[in-house]
Amino acid sequence: MKLVVVGHGPTSSRLVEALVAKGFGGRITVLGEEPRAAYDRVALTSYLTGRSAEDLTYPVPEGVVLRLASRVTGIDRDGRTVTTADGHVEPYDVLVLATGSSPFVPPVPGRELEGCFVYRTIDDLDAIREAAAGAGSGVVIGGGLLGLEAADALRGLGLSTHVVEMGGWLMPRQVDEGGGAVLRGHVEALGLTVHTEAGAREIVAGPDGRVAGLVKPDGETIAAQVVVFSAGVRPRDELARQAGLEVGDRGGIAVDDGMRTSDPAIYAVGECALHDGMVYGLVGPCFTMAEVAADRILGGQAAFARADLSTKLKLLGVEVAQFGAMDGALDVTFMDPVGGIYQKLFVSDDARTLLGGICVGDATPYNTLKPFVGRDLPGAPSELLFTGGPASMDLPDDAQVCSCNNVTKGQVCAAVADHGLTDVAGIKGCTRAGTTCGSCLPMLKQILIKSGVEVSKALCEHFAHSRAELFDIVRVRGITTFSQLIDEHGTGRGCDVCKPVVASILASLGNGHILDGEQAALQDTNDHFLANIQRNGTYSVVPRIPGGEITPDKLIVIGEVARDFGLYTKITGGQRIDLFGARVEQLPLIWKRLVDAGFESGHAYGKALRTVKSCVGSTWCRYGVQDAVGLAISLELRYRGLRSPHKLKSAVSGCARECAEARGKDFGVIATEQGWNLYVGGNGGFTPRHADLFASDLSTEELIRTIDRFLMFYVRTADRLQRTSAWLESQGLEYVRQVVLEDSLGICADLDAQMDRHVASYADEWRTAIEDPGKLRRFVSFVNAPATPDPSIAFTAERDQIKPVLLPLEVVRS
Amino acid sequence: MTVLSEATTTVWTAVCAYTDLLPERGACALVGRHQIALFRTFDGELFAIGNQDPFSGAQVLSRGIVGTRAGEPSVASPMHKEVFSLVTGVCLDDPAVAVPIYPIRVADGTVEVGVR
Repeated sequence: MKLVVVGHGPTSSRLVEALVAKGFGGRITVLGEEPRAAYDRVALTSYLTGRSAEDLTYPVPEGVVLRLASRVTGIDRDGRTVTTADGHVEPYDVLVLATGSSPFVPPVPGRELEGCFVYRTIDDLDAIREAAAGAGSGVVIGGGLLGLEAADALRGLGLSTHVVEMGGWLMPRQVDEGGGAVLRGHVEALGLTVHTEAGAREIVAGPDGRVAGLVKPDGETIAAQVVVFSAGVRPRDELARQAGLEVGDRGGIAVDDGMRTSDPAIYAVGECALHDGMVYGLVGPCFTMAEVAADRILGGQAAFARADLSTKLKLLGVEVAQFGAMDGALDVTFMDPVGGIYQKLFVSDDARTLLGGICVGDATPYNTLKPFVGRDLPGAPSELLFTGGPASMDLPDDAQVCSCNNVTKGQVCAAVADHGLTDVAGIKGCTRAGTTCGSCLPMLKQILIKSGVEVSKALCEHFAHSRAELFDIVRVRGITTFSQLIDEHGTGRGCDVCKPVVASILASLGNGHILDGEQAALQDTNDHFLANIQRNGTYSVVPRIPGGEITPDKLIVIGEVARDFGLYTKITGGQRIDLFGARVEQLPLIWKRLVDAGFESGHAYGKALRTVKSCVGSTWCRYGVQDAVGLAISLELRYRGLRSPHKLKSAVSGCARECAEARGKDFGVIATEQGWNLYVGGNGGFTPRHADLFASDLSTEELIRTIDRFLMFYVRTADRLQRTSAWLESQGLEYVRQVVLEDSLGICADLDAQMDRHVASYADEWRTAIEDPGKLRRFVSFVNAPATPDPSIAFTAERDQIKPVLLPLEVVRS
Repeated sequence: MTVLSEATTTVWTAVCAYTDLLPERGACALVGRHQIALFRTFDGELFAIGNQDPFSGAQVLSRGIVGTRAGEPSVASPMHKEVFSLVTGVCLDDPAVAVPIYPIRVADGTVEVGVR
């Protein structure tokens, strides 16, 4: 089957993703009007505060044909083809229209002038940013959700900003007059000027022909060099009209419960679709439409029902939320003009059933009470508003917790139970709840805590504590051995989970060589043999090559060692060289050769700093603005050997071209003209994540102090095997910023001292091992035949190097 | 099938000094063609099981982390962390799988393992 989708926005992207996930066997072609693939429009404004277009872009599944900059100009329903502006003809068996909507620009004289914009696409934002560069003030026409979003963007671009709203107050579709007044107070406190019951009579040009101001109906002129129209959107239904499909009187492509238009071969989803007299502009209902259409295309019977229009958002730093009905027989209002909080609940005439609510300044009631809409209130309305409600408010199972992805509490609980989930990330992965706007994340956490899974923080059967708690116990009590810790704070004798954790904690706190005394028995095989075990039981050896910089002589030594010991060599992703196939008794001999040539352990085996990758930097590169290699080397030497909850990777790029891929690292540094930008919490691997900008334009000294504290705070507080990316999401970027940059917990001096101790006590683990005969005795294949190599290890050849021959399994199965 | 009594068929082989074994850690002995993983637990007890990890085929169990599960002495394979009982050889994560166990004893400070 040939499926063609017209339009590539979030809904289209969701539709294609759903089809592929459900096993659609046909060919999918997507024709997008914009020159770029679908991106997250909800987060559009973040594009102006540092997120790149790539960050916002949704992934396109394998096998889907995506034609960008391909505006469809006509549909031939009889011939079942669509034609694009550049003359391309695409045949279809099933057609889906996901054309979205376009901003409504009221017919104001002067609206075509240079300096007038709409706020919908990345191109719009680029144009606004360019215009703002030479401007002093801007005005946004429309004080609704999108209008305030646009105003926030103009303010962020440094413009003195005005908002002009036709209605009597801001966000009239989400809040009532009282809420609007409180919201206005917040907005004005940020320096914005609000004009209500106002519109644009005319937009006037200056002598250069560009926008110079907006004339209000009362004749007042607001001087502005940038004007943004944000007065609502209109469904893009022109293709459907042309093709003779049924459309609504006020626009929108009419669809049935299965998202089918008046032509059974054509579906419509998203903001262009008109269902039961309603057009939806919120991402939640649009995603549901995409899921319904995908199911129907695959022969299912899913149906779209009137959607919940509740919204919660944070605009200009102010939480605004609305849920359920906006009126009722009775209402109860809580208002705190000092704190700028306005909360109102609408209830039935017997004050027992919750009908809806409005929040400005603090949206807690949205989180706690929205699932109770249409149900008996869990307490007296005034009590719910004043105290946040009784502590144990149990939601019914069919209450919707994530409206973006239509997930109920029951589905979350089932996923938690069926998959043994213990964190919010797991719930996101299994149910998609919380993956779109994120407003339900606090509720997901509550459900998890109440679900009886107990979100067990117990490390394993031997310790009832989390890793962070054990860290504090060890640090505060000054415990130096596992035996003491488990005797005093645990049960049994430990296992493969708790022993390496305790080993890591002891090492982070600077308790000597990891193979000293009892600590040796705690280490995982990799740490125990200071090398990485491979599938045939041999090990690989990775010498440190700081920053990826290496002399020809050292390269030759690595080559000679590999040749002499018959090792397989491969360049790693971290700009170093991995030598594979060493037997345990060969390891000390290999290290001896490497250490004598000036190498040291690269800690590839440890939950520790791995590498600090770098680009070549300003020394050689004509684009470089700072010495990336020099910084990378000094960072790698500073943090080498630091034991942490999981491995740590880093990179330094010498300019914004980012050749070192620093934003995929736990801590990444990108050079600026003024210094360094620090990014944290990046990850490749199973769950890729771009690092967040943590601090900008730091001097080298400031940068190192900031990284010191960030790393030590992570080492102290993260869970076992929790990478910085997951840790940062659990702590919140803002919180970590406050702790590290503003010392909100008053622990920075302590973190600094701890890092200083680490740096001062570092010693190469390979050198220490080969200089200690007691440690060396462990490096044998057989305790009763130290000279005998393991006869089970064998190699064959592939591409001129060794390759392991795997042993046949002698499995005893009863 | 011939049934022989254990006493007539167990051959004891000296493999190392008791002090060669570290508490809570394993070592491997080569006895004939058998690779045998030896363990000394925190209380001084000794255990011997087959060294081959039945899940990966690699001869590595002697290099796993020693501990207890519900009080039973155990070792976790360093390859993919399946846990085996040192007492019975049974995999505690998948009881359908087991590794061989061997008798082990100390005579005059020397560790001996028995191979049938």
